[in-house]
Amino acid sequence: MSSGAILVLGGRSDIGLAIAKVYASEGHAVQLAARNSDTLEADREDIALRHGVEVSLHEFDALDVESHEAFVDGLPSLPETVVCAVGALGEQEESEQDHAQARMVMRSNFEGPVNILAVLANAFEARGSGVIIGISSVAGDRGRATNYIYGAGKAAFTAYLAGMRNRLASKGVHVLTVKPGFVATRMTEGMDLPEKLTTDPDTLARAVFKAARARRNEVYLKPIWWLVMLIIRNIPEMVFKKLKI
Amino acid sequence: MKLSGWGRYPAAECIVTAPRSDAEVARAIATTTCIARGNGRSYGDSALNEDNTISTRHLNRMISFDEETGVLVTEAGVLLGDVIDAYLPRGWFPAVTPGTKFVTLGGMAAADVHGKNHHIDGGFGNFIDWVDVMGADGSVTRASRTTNTDLFDWTIGGMGLTGVILRLGLRLKRVETGWIQQRTIAAPNLDAAMAGFETHHDAPYSVAWIDCLSTGASLGRSLIMLGDHAPLEGLPNKYRQIPFGPPPAKKKTVPFNAPSFALNRYTVKAFNAAYYHMGARKTGTDYVPWDTYFYPLDSILGWNKIYGRRGFVQFQCVLPDESARAGLEALLTRVSEAGQGSFLAVLKKLGTDTHRFSFPMAGYTLALDFPVSDKVLSLMTELDAVTLDHGGRFYLAKDARMTDTTLRASDDRAEGFANMRAKSGAGHAFASRQSERLKL
Repeated sequence: MSSGAILVLGGRSDIGLAIAKVYASEGHAVQLAARNSDTLEADREDIALRHGVEVSLHEFDALDVESHEAFVDGLPSLPETVVCAVGALGEQEESEQDHAQARMVMRSNFEGPVNILAVLANAFEARGSGVIIGISSVAGDRGRATNYIYGAGKAAFTAYLAGMRNRLASKGVHVLTVKPGFVATRMTEGMDLPEKLTTDPDTLARAVFKAARARRNEVYLKPIWWLVMLIIRNIPEMVFKKLKI
Repeated sequence: MKLSGWGRYPAAECIVTAPRSDAEVARAIATTTCIARGNGRSYGDSALNEDNTISTRHLNRMISFDEETGVLVTEAGVLLGDVIDAYLPRGWFPAVTPGTKFVTLGGMAAADVHGKNHHIDGGFGNFIDWVDVMGADGSVTRASRTTNTDLFDWTIGGMGLTGVILRLGLRLKRVETGWIQQRTIAAPNLDAAMAGFETHHDAPYSVAWIDCLSTGASLGRSLIMLGDHAPLEGLPNKYRQIPFGPPPAKKKTVPFNAPSFALNRYTVKAFNAAYYHMGARKTGTDYVPWDTYFYPLDSILGWNKIYGRRGFVQFQCVLPDESARAGLEALLTRVSEAGQGSFLAVLKKLGTDTHRFSFPMAGYTLALDFPVSDKVLSLMTELDAVTLDHGGRFYLAKDARMTDTTLRASDDRAEGFANMRAKSGAGHAFASRQSERLKL
């Protein structure tokens, strides 16, 4: 078993933390990266106590793209695995009126994540090994009125990951695209999510770990979303545009 | 969202928040009367508040551990199973554990849960060094045996009604292995069962499965299961390779509600008879993993669904030593007459009480569960009366339907508890469906 470190970008997010814990439970050191990373001290201590692994905190701002090279240079070691759980949902209706918010949502879901992954991808490629896990979303599979600004950012992210996977497949670097449906997190708190289509961060994290180990390319979580999105993607546009889904 | 206790009765539509910090808990407390809820493993309505149920599921971090003293400091929402996962491989085990590991430490403190070692070690509260409790005004008080002793004493066993338990310091105990040396004794009737507990009073763990449908000369026939942590010395070689036990078995899930006829007096009676005779044949000493010994039902996730859609109710009382024999006979007779088989019937000798409002007292506790029906609810009222006649009292973590009159008749501490709440202001800030029903 490889026990190389995992770098968690978006280390404050419920999904990022849950994935960190699963990797820690399998003996991997954890690098948690987030803004104001010192406020993650309690989480750092928790993971270290539970799993007896090294856990370090790193200041990271996904949108400060100029800082990304220095950030990677400053890590205690080049991680074996990186998971990018950076993202922002925004409020669709607000984003339609407030273009600054819309830009922020798109940059948080695309520009920031791909910039840091591009830096890491080059380092992984040079080393000849590594796993890149991108947390995208089913929302990127088709633009819908209720969340297309978020969805557009995720669609671009999904496409980028697919291209990177293609580029790195022969270089020993694996890229896993994770497309969660509904996940009960801080981001979705207060929303009325259908139970059968909703997963929780811990279940998702275990599934991500297994998918990465099995070198899966793309996973829907819950898996039922694969079918849901297959149907949604295949509705003819002339019908789709009149639907409210 | 629709919430219930583990018995799935009663269910209520509750507004739930899941704060992630002290400040967020304070904000939730400030809105309206509330109750904290851990992992929802109390059976009845102890952790239900329609207007404001505060889930501690995000307050689940471990804070520190002292290798010298074994004191683990955690937030209240940490699960007991997580403590075992993290610390058993390092040679530590919870000093007291109930029959499931899917409970939060905060919930365990609030119910002052007992385990199979209560007759020797007392309840969970005996191993709590301190608790941080957030009161009605949002301020946090650290309460222990030396500071804020009143608050400490009322909070352990106080069912979350003194405030929200945020953090606690818990003493773990050293174990050499994760294996339990188990010995099963068949007791053909109630007298033999009670004699078994008395004879084996020095066994660190003891509990009996009791056949509550046997009658006549075999009324109260039981399988007494004694146990102790196996030392490394003497552990069979094949187990020495894995001193902390095999990983817990793959979990099975009960996928849907069983139809209501699945558990009836005939199936339960047949099961009980078969179980007793199989157990009686297998008596003797063997080694079992901790997971199998302490948490046999945890391997079947959602076992509460076997009772069908309406859910089930638990009856658990404790009878003082002097009237236990007569009281148990009366209870068991009433249950077998009613023909209401309880699938899980447990008998256990308890030690003395230690906290002001905790359930245990020196004597015998009997726990039964029944699928909910009108007939069962009236049977339980009869069992209440039998318990009162014999000076017993009831376990609030199991209760879903007792009346406040019954509670007060059984427990003269209830009035003091309610008065304390009225005086401290906790009565206005913290309430569950149960506390309102019981006028606490």
